[in-house]
Amino acid sequence: MVTQKSEIAESALADDAIIEIIEMHKWYGDFHVLQDINLTVKRKERIVICGPSGSGKSTLIRCINRLEEHQRGKIIVDGIELTNDLKNIEKIRAEVGMVFQHFNLFPHLTIVENLTLGPIWVRKIPKKEAEEIAMQNLEKVHIAEQAQKFPGQLSGGQQQRVAIARSLCMSPKIMLFDEPTSALDPEMIKEVLDAMIELAQEGMTMIVVSHEMGFAKSVAHRVLFMDYGQIVEGNTPEAFFENPQHERTKLFLSQILH
Amino acid sequence: MTEAYVQEKPAEVLKPPVTSVGIIGWVRSNLFSSWFNSFMTLLVIYLLWIIVPPLIRWAFIDSLWLSTGAECQQSDGACWSIIPANIRFIIFGFYPYDQQWRPLVAMVLLIGLLFYSRDRNHWKKSLLYAWLIGLVVMGLLMKGGLFGLSAVETTKWGGLPLTLTLSVFGLTAAYPLGIAFALGRRSKMPAIKMISILYIELIRGVPLISLLFMSSVVFPLFLPEGVTINKIIRAQVAIILFTAAYIAEVVRGGLQAIPRGQYEAADSIGLSYYLTMRLVILPQALKIVIPPSVQQLISAFKDTSLVVIIALFDVLRTTQTVLSDPKWMGFSPEAYIFVALIYFLCCFFMSNYSRRLERELETGL
Repeated sequence: MVTQKSEIAESALADDAIIEIIEMHKWYGDFHVLQDINLTVKRKERIVICGPSGSGKSTLIRCINRLEEHQRGKIIVDGIELTNDLKNIEKIRAEVGMVFQHFNLFPHLTIVENLTLGPIWVRKIPKKEAEEIAMQNLEKVHIAEQAQKFPGQLSGGQQQRVAIARSLCMSPKIMLFDEPTSALDPEMIKEVLDAMIELAQEGMTMIVVSHEMGFAKSVAHRVLFMDYGQIVEGNTPEAFFENPQHERTKLFLSQILH
Repeated sequence: MTEAYVQEKPAEVLKPPVTSVGIIGWVRSNLFSSWFNSFMTLLVIYLLWIIVPPLIRWAFIDSLWLSTGAECQQSDGACWSIIPANIRFIIFGFYPYDQQWRPLVAMVLLIGLLFYSRDRNHWKKSLLYAWLIGLVVMGLLMKGGLFGLSAVETTKWGGLPLTLTLSVFGLTAAYPLGIAFALGRRSKMPAIKMISILYIELIRGVPLISLLFMSSVVFPLFLPEGVTINKIIRAQVAIILFTAAYIAEVVRGGLQAIPRGQYEAADSIGLSYYLTMRLVILPQALKIVIPPSVQQLISAFKDTSLVVIIALFDVLRTTQTVLSDPKWMGFSPEAYIFVALIYFLCCFFMSNYSRRLERELETGL
């Protein structure tokens, strides 16, 4: 169904870590939502995180660009540690693209305005140049002909591809995907996954929270399984799906793979 | 057992069924569809018959348009003559008679600028400069004292220019202030949040009249001796502060309607708080609250007439003054209809414009 692994250019992973999460904890009030998370992501690595709902997988990737604040431990993104310093946070957010479950396009702006907002106001790129970048990225997700429309006039799959293009316009070093296909009708999932696969082929560092196991098998270097706020198991896709070690992983896989 | 079904040919597209045709059909289905509706129709026709013809007779047939007050006393019809005979006092109040072209030019300039600003394509930097220059020219015209224009004390200002000044500046200043307080009330910084809540609740908790009294009677007591602040400015500030509190709550309603995802999307591309608000949140929130905002602005516009209680002569007060003239006594309906028409035109302009703005900003969501 999805592109075979061999088709994706297998560039050797660089050795330097682009994200380091060390003994990180997070609480919502009294609820210990993330417990002792340790994760190192290498440059160009692609990680798929799966797990039951409420397991903390979305919260984890939202901590990486500080949409959520962690209370203990360290998160270092591209050499910058995430602290309360606003300047640091804005700098990291500009380097880390994020795609949401519900797209979150700006409904009052046209597609091309959605894409140029960040480049013009954060990157200070001249408008004309920003529009060229926007058109290139729209072409990349095969949706350039919709540039002048408003988000409300597009289908879910198209909106999600625009959201991917919007992140790409900031030339991010890392892309985070928070269940990018969960809110889509079945016939639109493939077009979004295809756009993500193309991105993978270009060597983008990606962390994807998803239950698309076909995508995980063909694209990911590593699959992580989270449950009750902990990383329970992590392995290459082959080993993860063929030979899961932990009881909870086995149970989870038996529930989603029929 | 389930029977298999496969459609053989697509269903035909048909026109909707016609139940009634023509005028008679319309009348029958809308006016005489039941005995109760027939009764109501006949009753309304009867009421119109006894009200409308005498009204037309009074207003148009028996009415006098350009006569003296004495002639009016003899007539049964409406005495519209009260308007042309006193128009300059109603519009300009106690502004020196031979200088009244100055407020007239200022008003024309103001209304011209307002009309020009209606079109959003004109919203450029040059328009801002036009407004700045326009305001200076208007102020100069009204106050005088330069370029050979004789100085006119602000105590002489009155009538329509005063009403327009109080409302146009009142509303344009109150709106941004209201937005600031709405953002303040949702701020994560406790001090700013507290101040905003306190301000909004305090101001909303008192009537405009008491604020106007305070600005006119209490406030001067706190000023050091010898310092006076113009009465019009004090009333203006009171109106701005009052309207801002209401606008703040209207805008806060709009802010709450914006989903969290919009903030997160703006955050995730690295926009600062200020840019997030300016580019993403406020444009959407303010669009949602156009109808209640205009509601608030219209009501504030009409509330400017309350300045009569601190002895400012707005257009309503000048009209009342004319009515106290023995020559024109007893023609208050005519005079009040005229003033009501002025207020109505301004309010209608605002609501009309707001509907146009809503249409223009429609983006299919």
